[in-house]
Amino acid sequence: MPSAMPIRPVATLAATAIGVVLLFAFRTPQAPPPATAVTTPATSPSSNPTPTPTPSGAPPSAGSSSTPAAATPTPTPAASGLKSGTFTGQTYSDQYGNLQVQVVISGGRITDVKLLQYPQNEPQSSFISSRALPLLREEVLQAQSAKIDAISGATFTSENYAASVQSALDLARA
Amino acid sequence: MGTVVTLDIRDRDLPEAAVDEAIAWFHEVDATFSTYRPESEISRISRGELSPRECSAEVHEVLGLCAEVTRRSRGCFDIQLGGRLDPSGLVKGWSVQRAAEMLQASGARNFFIGAGGDIVTRGVPAGQQRWRVGIRHPEIGDRVAAVLEAGDLAVATSGAYERGEHIVDPRTGRAPVGLLSMTVAGPSLTYADAFATAAFVMGEAGLAWVAGIDGYDALAITGDRRMAWTPGMETRLSGPTPPPR
Repeated sequence: MPSAMPIRPVATLAATAIGVVLLFAFRTPQAPPPATAVTTPATSPSSNPTPTPTPSGAPPSAGSSSTPAAATPTPTPAASGLKSGTFTGQTYSDQYGNLQVQVVISGGRITDVKLLQYPQNEPQSSFISSRALPLLREEVLQAQSAKIDAISGATFTSENYAASVQSALDLARA
Repeated sequence: MGTVVTLDIRDRDLPEAAVDEAIAWFHEVDATFSTYRPESEISRISRGELSPRECSAEVHEVLGLCAEVTRRSRGCFDIQLGGRLDPSGLVKGWSVQRAAEMLQASGARNFFIGAGGDIVTRGVPAGQQRWRVGIRHPEIGDRVAAVLEAGDLAVATSGAYERGEHIVDPRTGRAPVGLLSMTVAGPSLTYADAFATAAFVMGEAGLAWVAGIDGYDALAITGDRRMAWTPGMETRLSGPTPPPR
């Protein structure tokens, strides 16, 4: 019979299923990306403000109308193997709807992730999305240092998000 | 099975045919075991059109494993609910476990397979590193509440998430109360998956039950937002554990 179980309060670590995807992209033998690379959403260099859902849960605008200056493709990939630019991921669907992202890469790092499409067609789905997806966007940026390979207990939407991000990164490495 | 399967193989020299074989296996499992497909063996058995004696070797094996877990959990795991047969609580883990064995037989050494949050890890992700498996935060779907470091390990989580599987206590017919999620780690995902379902039904008492099974450990996240784990889980947990608040 085991002794008393250790008990701790639940805290939240900043890491997501997105880490799976990003770690593939960033696990390279080279030195870390330049110190000037932006790593947090708060200081994203994106010149067009990232769409944010309103409190009512309205979708963000597509963000396809303009491209930040940082997105101009550069001739040589950075140490991460990712070319600078704006890359649109594939659309993935589940029973809650479609999900598609656009990834901005600068200096070998992801500096912004925009949601072009996300599930919002059902009332319940809309509620979940408006709460969960902005978090996802934050996490995809933080995941570069999160070092998580896999998630036990993940959801469909985060899988689709990861898949769409990965497909955009594949374009950035092509 | 209505779930997403991820195969992350780090061996660069693995023939693509090995991956194709694993993917074909998952499609075969879905066709045989899906409760959403009226023509699957499970659906036909459920409707009484096929006797368990006539079923395939795979179905026979799975039904036997389910019966074993029902017995060991004293009825907290049961695939016969409401007159329907639903072995989903074990099939997902079993199919991933079998796929991992197939990949290993083909020469894969370093990989993980994940299916809807149930995971098998093998070898290392790179160099001297260990696989890091996050345990989903039950209330914030895209965050993790803890991280396990893994070499060759199976990890399964059952929970009452806002979407996804809905677990019923076979003894009462109602949703279990007390826990937000239960994670079980051990050598085989076949058992880890089913044990997680059974231990979730048991509530915090499920920790002691899992602790008594050789090789398996558990971590529970409770309804009052605590995390509790079996003594053996301590060595698998990564990094600084959350500070008390």
